[in-house]
Amino acid sequence: MATIAAPAVERENYLNTDFRVRSWLLTTDHKRIGILYLLSITAMFFVGGFAATMIRLELLTPAGDLMSSDTYNKMFTIHGIVMVFFFLIPSIPATLGNFLVPMMIGARDLAFPKINLASWYMYITGAGLMMYVVLTGGVDTGWTFYVPFSSTYSNTHVIAAVVAIFIAGFSSIFTGFNFIVTIHRMRAPGMTWSRLPLFIWSHYATSVIMVLGTPVVAIALTLVALERAFHMGIFDPRLGGDPLLFQHLFWFYSHPAVYIMILPSMAVVSEVVSTFSRKRVFGYAAVALASIAIAVLGFLVWAHHMFVAGISAYAALVFSLLSYFVAVPSAIKVFNWMATMYKGSVSLATPMLYAMGFIGLFTMGGMTGLYLAALGIDVHVHDTYFVIAHFHYIMVGGAVMGYLAGIHFWWPKISGRMYPEAWGKIAAATIFIGFNLTFFPQFVLGYLGMPRRYHAYPPEFQVLNVMSTAGASILAVGYVLPLIYLLWSLRYGEVAPDNPWAATGLEWRTPSPPPTENFPETPVVTWEAYDYSSVAEVPVAR
Amino acid sequence: MWQTLPLWPARASTLAGRTDALMIFMLAVTGFFTVMIFILILVFALRFRRTRNPIVTHIEGSNALEAAWTLIPFGIFMVMFIWSAGIYMTWAQPPPNAEEVFVVGKQWMWKFEHPEGQREIDQLHVPLGRAVRLTMISQDVIHSLFLPEFRVKQDVLPGRYTTTWFQTTKPGSYHLFCTQYCGTMHSGMIGEVVVMEPAAYQAWLSGGNAEGSLASTGQKLFQQLGCTTCHRFDTQGRGPNLLGLYGKPVLLDDGRTVTADDNYIRESILTPGAKVVAGFKPIMPTFQGIVNEEQLLSLAAYLKSLSQPERRQPGSNRPAEPPHPASAPARSR
Ligand code: HEC
Ligand SMILES: [Cu+2]
Ligand SMILES: [Cu+2]
Repeated sequence: MATIAAPAVERENYLNTDFRVRSWLLTTDHKRIGILYLLSITAMFFVGGFAATMIRLELLTPAGDLMSSDTYNKMFTIHGIVMVFFFLIPSIPATLGNFLVPMMIGARDLAFPKINLASWYMYITGAGLMMYVVLTGGVDTGWTFYVPFSSTYSNTHVIAAVVAIFIAGFSSIFTGFNFIVTIHRMRAPGMTWSRLPLFIWSHYATSVIMVLGTPVVAIALTLVALERAFHMGIFDPRLGGDPLLFQHLFWFYSHPAVYIMILPSMAVVSEVVSTFSRKRVFGYAAVALASIAIAVLGFLVWAHHMFVAGISAYAALVFSLLSYFVAVPSAIKVFNWMATMYKGSVSLATPMLYAMGFIGLFTMGGMTGLYLAALGIDVHVHDTYFVIAHFHYIMVGGAVMGYLAGIHFWWPKISGRMYPEAWGKIAAATIFIGFNLTFFPQFVLGYLGMPRRYHAYPPEFQVLNVMSTAGASILAVGYVLPLIYLLWSLRYGEVAPDNPWAATGLEWRTPSPPPTENFPETPVVTWEAYDYSSVAEVPVAR
Repeated sequence: MWQTLPLWPARASTLAGRTDALMIFMLAVTGFFTVMIFILILVFALRFRRTRNPIVTHIEGSNALEAAWTLIPFGIFMVMFIWSAGIYMTWAQPPPNAEEVFVVGKQWMWKFEHPEGQREIDQLHVPLGRAVRLTMISQDVIHSLFLPEFRVKQDVLPGRYTTTWFQTTKPGSYHLFCTQYCGTMHSGMIGEVVVMEPAAYQAWLSGGNAEGSLASTGQKLFQQLGCTTCHRFDTQGRGPNLLGLYGKPVLLDDGRTVTADDNYIRESILTPGAKVVAGFKPIMPTFQGIVNEEQLLSLAAYLKSLSQPERRQPGSNRPAEPPHPASAPARSR
């Protein structure tokens, strides 16, 4: 199996087998669908990033002077909807997951290749509709769509936005369902559950959340649309409805959705930390079980978003306690990654820098989550910039760092080219610095009392806001750099060897880029996960 | 602009000190572990970097370690949970003797009504050192009343009263924000809380208000709206006698018992059919669309005054007297 020949330049692979556009648009190859997703979510990332830029520019001064309040409200709504539903949720699963899940378990494709393609079309339809909403006037409900504002009072395109998310939701249900069946049914001989890479365990847990959680948010959003169109009285107290019901339904999905976004990043970090320490992941079983525990417990904590919403104090006690439970498996993962580095042989290549950034920033995001789970403190910091800072540490410091770690790590496999290492390191450092400068001051702002979603704010908050905007401009540079040098590398990058990092996964035992069928013959797995003695060569020290 | 870099908000309520103490504890604990993790990552990355440590020492997992880093965080989390739950339970239970202020939120302003009859917009005067309870409702979307210097916040819902409370510790003027996104002027739905010395507050309360107390407004409404046609202060009315109702348990015709609090009274007026008092026919018409939130608060204040006529402060307006208090028989529920 482990052919380590120098890559033949004209060797046929999934990229060069057919160049026609229809061969891409009608492909059922999981790798090509991964690329389609990669292109579409990158576009959406920059749409969401544009909205973020406008927000940060407006907040440079206390007065709301750059745009009108309505425009500002649409900006943060678009930023939230696009980044959550159209970038973060599909980010790793739909790109790297699509590309790697079959390869890592030794399969030729996902169990249902056509459903996989359908999922991309669902996504594109949803994203297209969302862009139509943005261009024809936008929506101003916030990404949380709280009723009765969204159902009765907003004058913007709420129904269209909700339909767009509903459709995109199906793409993630399709993906999750496909992964679950594939992981159960299509593992190569010898690839037992205990030999699965942790990437697969995390994606399995993610898929379960996608399949169980997404329908609930779809229902909640459908009810908003129905209420808006027909005044059905589900949420309207004047008709006997209950506005808090929406919050329960919404967070029943949207809290687990946090784990849809973070678990795949943890998946990447487990692979990267092990590979660049050349050491089996410490406590493999604990890390795998922690993923499952997070998926299960994640469904039991939704009302921690509602401690001051008017729920009973006793319910709040239970949800606070359960929120502390879900913090434990995350802590376990962090300690195991660190123990993996201990006495390893650590290389500080770009993916590892991102992974270390992930561990640090995710730790800070997780630690500040403890403040929000603390009932007495949440009463003060709920709906302030403290919350904004907290979840950006998880979503950007965590999820996006993990995503970038993964893109760099598997770039040689995906594209057949190496990215420029020096630029990779510069970008990673820029992102780390820019990120902290953007979001750390927001913790302080939040405890001082600056509410979220404020177009104008009292002047004493200005200094911290200026720091945050300064950080955001550094962060923006950090994000544009990889876009440029990764595109550059497609033409000018060094040709990638099959296994540049001497990693152990099955995907590295195929040519770079892999042929359409992944494996000429079905591999037989005889080694444990992360068994570095199963790969002969010593990696280039970087 | 650069002269001011605030790092910590002022403390102006009894809860603020407790919240800050826990906050400092959390900062210490999480700060310690975060710094430890950062240092260890850096130390491992440098000490074991490939050029210095080319040969890996393979270590299998360790159950003892796994147990340690499961149980130690768990123990620390439980300390945080219990400590913070204590603060929350205090926040959730207003003391019974608190001054009462009614709050109506609407896009995009805050209206405050003192039982004595003072009404204010986007500004709330409260006495120093006394517990103040806010009973709040929204006329449209969900808002949230946030008083950062008091470390207190509570969502304000349409259709249902929510309450919060605070006890001030320092005179001064403090921020009041809306923290639940509520549309165009969300960030303009702000105001100030003015904490006054008790004597100054009493003077302010009795100064320049012609409209009379909330309860007396409610009494007038009670007559204008024709409530008196059914609700009389004897047993002859078609509706129940409302004297002494507030705060008492009510037996419903489906066998349930509910407490007659603000939310119950509001519901009885807007959707009388939802909870029908045992022994009565559901003939009460709905007043939905006829009375607004402020009028509902006045009606509730009036009914409340029928239950606790001794509660008013000296110097404030006298509560409305029930029409025939002497002839009213004891309630038989
Ligand atoms: C047509 C007669 C009628 C009118 C007018 C009327 N009510 Fe009622 N009300 C009733 C009856 C009958 C009940 C008991 C059955 C029920 O709960 O619906 C009742 C119940 C109540 C209750 C609950 C009493 C309890 O003991 O629990 C309140 C409070 C109340 N009404 C307030 C008002 C107010 C305030 C008005 C004027 C705005 C008003 N009602 C007008 C007939 C009336
Ligand atoms: Cu949550
Ligand atoms: Cu608001």
